[in-house]
Amino acid sequence: MAAVALYFSDIYRSLRSIVIGMGVTINQMFQPVVTLQYPIEKKAMPERVRNRLYMNFDDCIGCELCANACPVDCIDIEVMKAPATENLGVTSTGQKKRIYVTKFDIDIAKCCYCGLCVYPCPTECLKMTDVYEFSEFDRHNLIYNFSTMTPSEIETAKGKIKVFEEEQAAKKAAAAAQAAAAKAAAPVPPSSPDPSSQTPPPPANPDSGNAQPNT
Amino acid sequence: MENILQLLSNPIVSAVLMALAPLLFILPYALVTIYIEMKMAAHIQNRLAYMQTGWHGTLQPFADILKLLQKEDIIPTAASKFLFILAPYLVFVGTYSSFAVLPFSSAFIGSNIDLGIFFLIAVSSLVVVGLLMSGWASNNKWSLFGALRSAAQIVSYEIPSALAILGVVMVSGTMSTQEMTHFQDGGIGQWIIFGGNLPLWQKLSLIPFMIILFLIYLVSSMAEVNRTPFDIPEAESELVQGYNTEYSGMKFAIFYLAEYANLFLVSAVVVILFFGGWTSPFGTFLSGPVWGAFWFVTKGMLFVCLNIWLRWTLPRLRVDQLMYVSWKVLTPFALLCVLAIGLIVVM
Ligand code: SF4
Ligand code: SF4
Repeated sequence: MAAVALYFSDIYRSLRSIVIGMGVTINQMFQPVVTLQYPIEKKAMPERVRNRLYMNFDDCIGCELCANACPVDCIDIEVMKAPATENLGVTSTGQKKRIYVTKFDIDIAKCCYCGLCVYPCPTECLKMTDVYEFSEFDRHNLIYNFSTMTPSEIETAKGKIKVFEEEQAAKKAAAAAQAAAAKAAAPVPPSSPDPSSQTPPPPANPDSGNAQPNT
Repeated sequence: MENILQLLSNPIVSAVLMALAPLLFILPYALVTIYIEMKMAAHIQNRLAYMQTGWHGTLQPFADILKLLQKEDIIPTAASKFLFILAPYLVFVGTYSSFAVLPFSSAFIGSNIDLGIFFLIAVSSLVVVGLLMSGWASNNKWSLFGALRSAAQIVSYEIPSALAILGVVMVSGTMSTQEMTHFQDGGIGQWIIFGGNLPLWQKLSLIPFMIILFLIYLVSSMAEVNRTPFDIPEAESELVQGYNTEYSGMKFAIFYLAEYANLFLVSAVVVILFFGGWTSPFGTFLSGPVWGAFWFVTKGMLFVCLNIWLRWTLPRLRVDQLMYVSWKVLTPFALLCVLAIGLIVVM
C-alpha cells in the first residue's frame, strides 16, 4: 500500500516540480540580462587597479631602485654617470638629474603587476594604469622601451664622459704635481704625529669628489 | 501562361511540387527556430545570445549555415562508408515523409490518406533505423552507445504515444489527419482536448482523460525527438554528442535539420490531435485556407516554444529513470485513459 502511495506521490511531486521549474525559468526570462557586451561596453575599473605600468621617462633619475625592487627582474636599466659639468635638467619633483639612463626596458610579459616597483621610486615616475588591453601577436613587442635616448645621443654622452674623465685626470695630475712641488718647497713642520692626517682632503680622493653634489 | 498551367496539371510535376512544398516551410522554419531557441536559452539564463551579426544577431543562423557548408566533410577511415553516408539522409527522409500527412490548411495536405496518423507513426520510426545506422557506421563506441540508447528510448516511447493517439482516434472516429481536423472545426470548444464535438456530457467526462493523454503525448513526443530532458542519446557530457559525433559539415547539418523538422512534426501532431489543427479558435472568424495555414503554424510554433522552454528548464534524466517514466507511468496511464475513453465513447 505504501508503495502505491509512493508511486502516486512521486508522480504528483515530479509534475509539481516541473511546473515550479517552468515558473522559475519563465520568470528569469524577463529579468534584466547580466551580459556586458565587452568590447563595446566596458566596466569601470576600481580606483587603485594595477594593470599596465606607465613610466614617465622624463622624471627618471636612474637610481635603479625600481629594478632592485622588482621580484621578477623584468625592469632592465643601464645607466651612465653624467659629467658634473653637464646639465641634464630637473625632474618635475625638482630633483636634479645626474645620470644618463641609456636603457629602460620593462618586459611587461614577465611583470606580475605586484606594484612593488612603484613605491620606491623617489620621483614617482612609475605608475600602474587601468589599461588592460595590450595583447600582442609577437612576444617581443611586450618589452617596452621607455628610454628616449637614441644611439647617437648615447654616443655623444659617452664622448662627453670621456672628455670629462680626461679633464679630471689632467686636473688630478696637475694637482698632484702642485702638491709635490709645495711639499718639496715648504719646511718640514716641527711636530707631526701622523703624517697621513696632514694630506689635503680634496685631491686625495678625486673619484668620490666627482659624485658629490656640485651645488 | 497556358504552358505553365499545362505543366502544373501534369501529375508528376504537381507531385514533385507538392513534395517540395514542406521543404520550403522547413528551411526557414529551422532558421527561425534555431534563433528562437538560442535567444530563449540565453534569456532564461540572463544572457543575451547573438548580438553582433545583424540586428540582435538575426543573421546568425545564416552565418552558421554558411559555416557548415564550408566545413570539410570528414568520413572516418574505419567507418563503414556506405552506411555512414546514407544514415543522415535516412533520418531526414523519415522525418520529412511524415510531413506528407500534415494538413497545413484545409486546402493543403501532401497526401490525404485515410491512415494518415498511422502512416505518421510508422514512417517516423524510420528515424530509429537511421540513428542506429549512423551509430554503427561511425565505428565509435560513443556513437554506438548513443544510437542504442536512442533506439531503446524511441521504441519505448512509441508505445505511450501510440496509445495516446489511439485515444484521440477513438474520439474522432478517423485516422485521417484532415478529417480529424474537420472533426474539431468550430472554435476552441470543439477541440479534442475539450472533448471534440460530442454531446455535452461526453465532452465533460472526456476532458480529464484528454488532458492526461495530452500530457502523455507531450512527454513521449519530447522523448522521441531526443531533446532534453530526454537527450541521453546525445548527452554531450557522457557520450560526446552520441550518434552524430563523427559527422561534420553538411551531414551534420542534415542531422540538425532533421532534429528541428522532427520537433515541428511532433508539435504539429499535438496540434492536430488535441488543439484543432488548422481550425481557428474563434469558429468561423479568421478562418479559411490561408488563415488555416497561419493558425496551424502558429499553434505548432507555440508547442515548439513550449518544448524549448522545457528543454532549458529540466535537467537530463538517467537511463533507468527514462525507462521508468515510459513503462511504469506513461504506459499504464495511457492504457487506463484509452479504456475510459472507450467506455465513454461507446455509451
Ligand atoms: S609591477 Fe612588480 S613585476 Fe611589474 S615591473 Fe613592477 S615590480 Fe616588477
Ligand atoms: S626608481 Fe624611478 S627614478 Fe629610479 S630608476 Fe626607477 S623609474 Fe627611474
